[in-house]
Amino acid sequence: MAKLLAVTIVVIAIASAIPIVMHIWPLPQDISVNGHLIDEQYTDTMWEAGVSFLASQILLAYFIWKYSRPAPNATVKRFPGGAAALVIAAFVLVGTEALALGVFGAKAWGLAYFAPPGADAMPVQVQAGQFAFYFRYPGPDGKFGPLHANLISEANANFFGLDTTNDQDSKDDIVTAELAIPVNREIHLLMHSKDLGHSFYVPGLRVHQDFVPGLDLSIHFTATKIGRYEIVCTQLCGLGHYNMKAYLEVKSPEDFDAWLKQQAALQ
Amino acid sequence: MHDMSAHAVHHGAPTSFIRKHIFSLDHKVIGKQYYALALVAVVVGMVLSWLMRLHLGFANFAIPGLHLLSKNGAPGDIMTPEYYLQLMTMHGTIMVFFVLTTAPFAAFGNFFLPIQTGAEDMPFPHFNMMSFWVTFTGFLFLVASFFVSDGPTLGGWTQYAPLSAVGAVSGPGQGTGVVLWAFSIAFFCVGQLFGSLNFITTTLDMRCKGMSLMRLPLSAWAWFITSIMGLTAFAVLMPAVILLILDHVAGTSFFVSSNLVINDQVLPHSGGSTLLWQHLFWFFGHPEVYIAIIPGMGIVSHILITNMRRPMLSHRVLIYSMGALAVLSYMVYGHHMFVSGMNPVSSLAFSFPTLVITIPSTIIVLIWLGSLYGSKLRINTASLFGLGFISMFISGGVSGFFLAQPSIDILLHATYFVVGHFHLVMAVAAIFGIFGGTYFWFPKMTGRMMNESLGKLHFWLTFVGAYLIFMPFHYLGIAGNVRRYQAFVDDYLIPLIPVHKFITVAALATGAVQLIFIYNLIYSRFWGAPAPDNPWQGTSLEWSTATPPPHNNFGDKMPVVYHDPYQYSVEGASSDFIMQTSPEPVHSADEEK
Repeated sequence: MAKLLAVTIVVIAIASAIPIVMHIWPLPQDISVNGHLIDEQYTDTMWEAGVSFLASQILLAYFIWKYSRPAPNATVKRFPGGAAALVIAAFVLVGTEALALGVFGAKAWGLAYFAPPGADAMPVQVQAGQFAFYFRYPGPDGKFGPLHANLISEANANFFGLDTTNDQDSKDDIVTAELAIPVNREIHLLMHSKDLGHSFYVPGLRVHQDFVPGLDLSIHFTATKIGRYEIVCTQLCGLGHYNMKAYLEVKSPEDFDAWLKQQAALQ
Repeated sequence: MHDMSAHAVHHGAPTSFIRKHIFSLDHKVIGKQYYALALVAVVVGMVLSWLMRLHLGFANFAIPGLHLLSKNGAPGDIMTPEYYLQLMTMHGTIMVFFVLTTAPFAAFGNFFLPIQTGAEDMPFPHFNMMSFWVTFTGFLFLVASFFVSDGPTLGGWTQYAPLSAVGAVSGPGQGTGVVLWAFSIAFFCVGQLFGSLNFITTTLDMRCKGMSLMRLPLSAWAWFITSIMGLTAFAVLMPAVILLILDHVAGTSFFVSSNLVINDQVLPHSGGSTLLWQHLFWFFGHPEVYIAIIPGMGIVSHILITNMRRPMLSHRVLIYSMGALAVLSYMVYGHHMFVSGMNPVSSLAFSFPTLVITIPSTIIVLIWLGSLYGSKLRINTASLFGLGFISMFISGGVSGFFLAQPSIDILLHATYFVVGHFHLVMAVAAIFGIFGGTYFWFPKMTGRMMNESLGKLHFWLTFVGAYLIFMPFHYLGIAGNVRRYQAFVDDYLIPLIPVHKFITVAALATGAVQLIFIYNLIYSRFWGAPAPDNPWQGTSLEWSTATPPPHNNFGDKMPVVYHDPYQYSVEGASSDFIMQTSPEPVHSADEEK
């Protein structure tokens, strides 16, 4: 039975690795400027974790195979080097691995979170609420008008609570239900929540950030591939959470300008 | 030499049924009560997971009779989106608190910690009795929420604010359901604080003559370390849930910020902090996963040593590593919050100890593997589950490398990758520890042996089944499959639905296999072969007393300990094991002083 267990462990370990090696369910295609850094980090980690996984499972299986059913007169043998060797091995191997991953991984994180957005990044505001995202472009004046929580009204389609009668800056603001952006242009996304915790996740864009009620956050990214992608909520926000999504439309600069004009006309 | 037995608690054996079996002061009865509670809870939790999996794998699947559980939640037996989330929340809460904490820690710890330390009972038996009954009350509060008008809370076991704090306006179950949930957890915290105090004092103050701390078995060490964590972690969760209750019933705004708008109405809250809840919750929540797994490590080490017929390569290194896990667990909690909106520098700061915690984890695994080397491994159901535990812990552990890094967390946060990770490393591994402990200690607890053939069948089907369920979770997560969705309506998620169907079938089958275990448990309890005092030729104190142990654990004569806990295959000894109570001299290089 021990041998069967050993074989089972090895079969499970190898079978588990096959979909990863064969890329049967790959990472969503990267459409961002900095995403490749995250992907490289992921691939490096997969190598290190994968080798650790296979090596430990196979070693476990081998020892189970070898040391069960010993001869009646067998004596217990001590692992060469004893515990000290294993502790040193863990510190050196895993310590190096952890340190390397931590140091190199910080670069991808830093580009996403420490580097400020470029001066010419295009500002767009996003508001999350049960169970939809809305987006706001500042319009020709380049300024977002102030928000008034008491004016928010789904019924009147005033999703942000804008006072277009009195606030000069709000008059030309453009509110949309989808996020259209020009390709290869950095976007500075200003995030706030209307009600509860939500999240902004676009797998292909390698962007993932929670909305925190009461806190204004921002992220920045550049999409490199024209297309239509999904923005999904990953922070449990109530019964419609699974269906809280919007589309990210990455357009050519010309298509984007045309789209923005069209949206402005609809306000 | 320690002689603490003078302080032992003397309370006479009870005579009435109520004092003997219900409001018992005897740690052994309390341990069994905790086990029974965990058993009931795990059945409820597992049935909930079946319902969830059916709904996820086969959308709009009518589950016969589901409307009986909730008319609103399952009209026509088809689960509504909110009812899915409500069942999911209950599954998580029941499993984490009432199974993974109660069974390996409170149940086995209560029964065996005093015996393994050589104590007559816990030092505060009334607190111990209260610990169980308060926990049980907490369970009743949680179950009661199934039966209130809009059902249990849907906020997930983490109950992130402000979803959890603004009341019924945020969705079904978010009013009374949350309050019942929070009361349940508050009771649970009180119960665990009482329990932890008893565990710590038992270990430090109640050891019998000759039982130095280093002579405690690894299981006792694991319970001791866990109880210190329990004392500090639950002490943080309790005020957090009390503040949550106040946000509901007293109009406070601890976790709700100003100017939030729901249904076009500005909520009457101001000045609270959303992230405060997350910090408080995870300061408890991450230690909690170690509270669930460290007892399993101790139990499995104890079982494997007995079945390898040798001590671990190093007793001390294992103890120090478990201690390191406990200490580090408080420093890593922020890895749950990398993309939460906290300062991104904090993310890197929390990432570092998270990567470092892989070192003690690896040491523990390597010590297990190094001890298997050259051992005389016996295969029985308990050791199979012990070996299965190691395999699961490795599989669930390596995915931690990904989730420890904030940059990769951008990809994998809140996806099924996380669900796969914590189910393998914490849930399945801990459950394997519980199963191993059950097959190993059942004879001592009940006086009867469990059926080994059924046990082995149970192991094989569970081992393979658990992998079939939880490995594919990782693939789903890599593809970006978000968790806590009741249906997969996004374009990029639809191609993943066949994987969900596969998982559902695997989960139903593996769940059904657990009936073998329950049958074995019940059958063996009444009709199993009578158990000898020391069926596995073990060395620690539980094997030197009668089966089942008498009321004061050791009868007329308190034990005196002469050796380290694991004197197996000692050269020149009269047999292949020397019990801790045997005065036979040992000349072994392994003997700790």
